[in-house]
Amino acid sequence: MSAPTLSAVASRRTASPHTSMFLRMLLRAAVLRRGRAASALFAMVVAAAVATAMLNLYVDVQAKLRKEFRNYGANLVVVAKDGEALSVDALDRVQSTLGGHGLAVPFAYVVARTSDGQSVVVSGTDLDQVRKLDSWWSVTAWPTAPQDALVGARAAALVSAQGKPFELSFQGRTIHLNPVGTLRTGASEDSRVYLSLQDFEGWTGVQPSTIEIAASGSPEEVNALIQKLAQAIPDAAVHPVRQIMEGEARVLGKTRATLFAAAVLIILTAALCVLSTLIGWVFDRRRDFAIMKALGASERLIGGFFAAEAAALGAVGAVVGFGFGIGVAAWIGRVNFHAPVVPRFSVLPMVLAGSVAVALISAVLPIFLLRRVEPAMILRGE
Amino acid sequence: MFVRLVYESFRRQKRRKLLAGAAITLGVGVATAMIAVATDIGDKISRELRSYGANLVVTPQEDTLDVQIGGVDLKPPSDGAYLDEADLPKIRGTFWHHNIVGFAPMLPVNVSLDAAGSAKNVTLLGTYFSKPLRFGKEDFITGVRITHPWWKVQGAWPDDNSQDVLLGENLATKLDLKTGDQVAISGQIHRVAGILSTGAAEDNQIVAPLVLAQQILGKPGAVRRLYVSALTKPEDALARRDPKTMNPELFDRWYCSPYVTSIAYQLQEAIPHSHAEQIRQVAQNEGTVLSRIKGLMLLVTLAALFASSLAVSAAMATAIFERRTEVGLMKALGAADVSVAALFFAEATLLALLGGVVGFAGGALLARQIGRSIFDSQIVIEPVLFPVILAIAVIVTFAGSGLAIRRAVKFDPVYALRGDA
Repeated sequence: MSAPTLSAVASRRTASPHTSMFLRMLLRAAVLRRGRAASALFAMVVAAAVATAMLNLYVDVQAKLRKEFRNYGANLVVVAKDGEALSVDALDRVQSTLGGHGLAVPFAYVVARTSDGQSVVVSGTDLDQVRKLDSWWSVTAWPTAPQDALVGARAAALVSAQGKPFELSFQGRTIHLNPVGTLRTGASEDSRVYLSLQDFEGWTGVQPSTIEIAASGSPEEVNALIQKLAQAIPDAAVHPVRQIMEGEARVLGKTRATLFAAAVLIILTAALCVLSTLIGWVFDRRRDFAIMKALGASERLIGGFFAAEAAALGAVGAVVGFGFGIGVAAWIGRVNFHAPVVPRFSVLPMVLAGSVAVALISAVLPIFLLRRVEPAMILRGE
Repeated sequence: MFVRLVYESFRRQKRRKLLAGAAITLGVGVATAMIAVATDIGDKISRELRSYGANLVVTPQEDTLDVQIGGVDLKPPSDGAYLDEADLPKIRGTFWHHNIVGFAPMLPVNVSLDAAGSAKNVTLLGTYFSKPLRFGKEDFITGVRITHPWWKVQGAWPDDNSQDVLLGENLATKLDLKTGDQVAISGQIHRVAGILSTGAAEDNQIVAPLVLAQQILGKPGAVRRLYVSALTKPEDALARRDPKTMNPELFDRWYCSPYVTSIAYQLQEAIPHSHAEQIRQVAQNEGTVLSRIKGLMLLVTLAALFASSLAVSAAMATAIFERRTEVGLMKALGAADVSVAALFFAEATLLALLGGVVGFAGGALLARQIGRSIFDSQIVIEPVLFPVILAIAVIVTFAGSGLAIRRAVKFDPVYALRGDA
């Protein structure tokens, strides 16, 4: 460092005699004992990074897991009252109420007769949407052309055992269908035949009676959505699918509780690591403390000096650590959920306050212990 | 002399040793707790995932097609094949019976319900609520209260041997019936034990003990289908293969893994003339959710290990750094670098072992506490974890002290003794 000219120093001193010396001491303390300061800063950065990553993960994991849980399919069902069809614009009203935060798929059902007089349930639906909604359906091939049908594994034995085209009749009208794919779910879908809605309506003239909805969001949001849907479609009943909603709430709650326990443990460990490193650092500098005291510095000034130093260290460590922590959280998100965890800047004030608080505690504690010791004793090395 | 040096160091510097030991104990404790939780979380979460209900359904082999829309059975109840109720306890004799959490038989019957002077055709579903059964010498309880945990009853669950019934929520509202009322089902009077809410088709049905449904149908022992809730292993490459194309060795491996497909195969073996199928909505999604949560906990555990090893290293480095003068004195008296380093490493090892044992015990307690408060069940701590944790503790302590010891040994004794650190 080049020595500042005398006049410059003098003018600075007259401008602000105390602050300049204070800042100088702060800066030089960090520069001169680089090794110790660096190790303290390193501990601070790591602790802040770990805390940021854990808090960020804790806040974001719910949204990430909710997305996984939506693979379980619909959590709401809109059913027309008393077996009638829904009004023609019901689907549009559901879509506009959802506002893009979910998937809505209409289903229409009739009981048709096969050529040898057996009853079979036939459903008309939007096949592209079903594919997204019910990702667990095991389908050999999805229908694409008109008159293509998706036949449930158990219905297949009845309607077209050899996979040949077959006929179904409903109220005297007959439709000719090609069984392009077989559907296997292990539930009631296995005994049904699925058609595209156009084919279905053209053949039977029956409108959808059910809309299955996979709504994303927290239980409160879903409940609010149920209210809104009930208002938007007064001629239908809106039910939550309790099996899906309660299972999700339970697993999510347990996971979050575990993650919370883990976060508390990890943050506590990191804070203790910082505490022990910083206490060692400050304790190591008891000579500085003794010299300052011997030169006539008041206890308040010394306390202020060490506190300011620690606070600066805490703040710098927190900001740098926050950056790293966001990176770690994003990496975990990418590895585990194949989607980055969104940086939550609401975590920053928490990490900042926590870091500064831990740093202040670890600076003030040794000073408090050293206060009663005579400076001469420390300088003599006892 | 060496042993005495170590001993005296521990005796005289109690405060410092306690501090370093506490850091190691804490680090090991956190690491133990996290590893224990992470290794057991798969099991715990897969139990929680059972709250989604049954993942397997068993039907008669010659089953006719369901003609059912929105839970309303449109088929005459008399036709179709049935399973035999007497075969059900045999499920406890299958290879993976420990993984079978519960099962519930179902028998839907169409009945006429006379209430408020008008008759109404509804479906009565016969099932087990919480039925004590016996297989061999083993007693167990099973029914919908285990397999369908989202079913909620206002009032009381009926006894499985009683003639009491549950009314679906919507049905009860429509007919203005409440708990304790009498209803006439197909000419016989039954008491309503409670009102059932499921959010599904059962809300419009009557749910009754299985025996009652069999009486109405006139077929004792008949069961239409059986829902089984089993703990399964997520599907992998082996599970997706067709068992018919496997060689005997591979087949044995497949058979002895708790895949949903192999449990289905064993259920078919146990119950004559049956066909078992996975309920894909539940079975297929379990794997992804489970692997996500397991992966998350694994990564979090890595973070915990990292944080605790850092804490241990920092504590060790500080402890050694404070003893520069001691090193200077030893070196001034003619001690070789190696013997000084050996002394410090011996002390570190002792600290690590002591801290490791105490930390392991503390961590085990912590893991148990977490298991009890979150999952209401014990977290099992594998004994094999103990030597692993101890080894990790020693390695981390060594790594943490290594750099500090090197620096302390390299330090010129003159400066150290003068106090110019």
